[in-house]
Amino acid sequence: MGFAYDFDWGVLWRQPYGIWLLQGLWLTIKIGFVAWIVAFFLGVLVGTLRVTPWRWLRFISTAYTEIFRNIPFLVQLFFWYYAGPMIFGESLGRQINQIVGLNFYVAILALGLYTASRVAEHMRAGFASISRDQYQAVLSTGMTQYQMYRYVIIPYALRIIIPPLTTEFLTIFKNSSVAMTIGVAELTFMSYRIDAETFHGLEATTGAMVIYLILGLTVVRAMGIIEARFKIPGMIGRE
Amino acid sequence: MFDAVARNITFLLGGFVVTLQLTFFALAGGIALGALVGLGRISKNKWIFQPVTLYVNFIRNMPLILVIFWFYFVMPIIAGRPLNPFLSAVISFIIFEATYFGEIFRAGYQSISKDLTSAAYSTGMTYIQTARYILIPVAFRRMLPSLITQSIVTFQDTSLAFVIGLQEFVRRTSIVDNLEVRSIQLFGFVAIIFFIFCFIASKISRHFEEKGRKLGMI
Repeated sequence: MGFAYDFDWGVLWRQPYGIWLLQGLWLTIKIGFVAWIVAFFLGVLVGTLRVTPWRWLRFISTAYTEIFRNIPFLVQLFFWYYAGPMIFGESLGRQINQIVGLNFYVAILALGLYTASRVAEHMRAGFASISRDQYQAVLSTGMTQYQMYRYVIIPYALRIIIPPLTTEFLTIFKNSSVAMTIGVAELTFMSYRIDAETFHGLEATTGAMVIYLILGLTVVRAMGIIEARFKIPGMIGRE
Repeated sequence: MFDAVARNITFLLGGFVVTLQLTFFALAGGIALGALVGLGRISKNKWIFQPVTLYVNFIRNMPLILVIFWFYFVMPIIAGRPLNPFLSAVISFIIFEATYFGEIFRAGYQSISKDLTSAAYSTGMTYIQTARYILIPVAFRRMLPSLITQSIVTFQDTSLAFVIGLQEFVRRTSIVDNLEVRSIQLFGFVAIIFFIFCFIASKISRHFEEKGRKLGMI
């Protein structure tokens, strides 16, 4: 059987297409990094609130994780992008819609909020793995609740959950591809755009796959170094 | 409040049915292939183990959207004719989700200790009986919470078939939104429907997890 398809791998380095993929990669990295900063701090906060003694804060943070985990990310992204500005009323909403690069900011925000719920879940698991004695030992030194979380429990839990956080960090770059649906020109978007111009989508998406693979392997290697540096001996191990 | 939803409810629910169909085929194929992938991942034969591991690690590094596109481009070349987006989407979901289900099966298979098998043999059970009455039920109970969780993820993932123009729930909602411009209620509606299904399923998963923990199985 002969394939009625002329492969043209040259499309990957012919200009401007090769540059497009690299520009897409750069945007993917930017979105991933900034969204991760949002996700990390918000996730640690929400995850910590889930174990605090205050019932209302526990309820709010639990609701947050349940809502963001149980709705597809695509739906969340569309909601923030299309419905988000409308929440602020007609006139303000129109102004928001005129912001240049709105889709980029919305993608970062949506991805950050979504990933925060996942970070919060890992945080909770991290807290659960710290024994009650540990908490009591800290309090017995005269620390306040706030000091206990700030200086002992949170850093401790974070070090325990580095492996799952590595996975989340990897996932954030993969999920950033969903931003293409609102027109953010990241890597997947660019491979699709090359198809629209050249009809060589197979080569373009294969090229994008290789780039994602290299990105993923780089992240794993970098996180491996961080893991080795911060691990608590005898407490974490990768599967 | 939900007037635009009400006006287009049959069209929207029609999209939800497509989403359910996608989920059904993705799960059936993904779990079946995943069970085999899991076996491959514990295989002692390197000609099986290495290709399967390569497949799993490669796919797990890819964004699902890109995999959907790739199959959308590659299937017509293999088939020699344009393929409908539904079939193309189902194939990409099966290939993609099978790697995630595969890792769940691998963990399930590995969680069965040699002692359990030996104990079953020592009572005079045959291999078939051991598998049928001991190994499969034990492994299944251990894997059930993770299988349900991954099924929820798959259900949510099907929304990404949006990108190849498949008229599932989200695509139809965005079509309606283009005409009605009622984004808050329309996307709010989709979000609520997804939330209800996923929330209930996640509670069921947690129920089995608690039960397993009480029985000392997890």
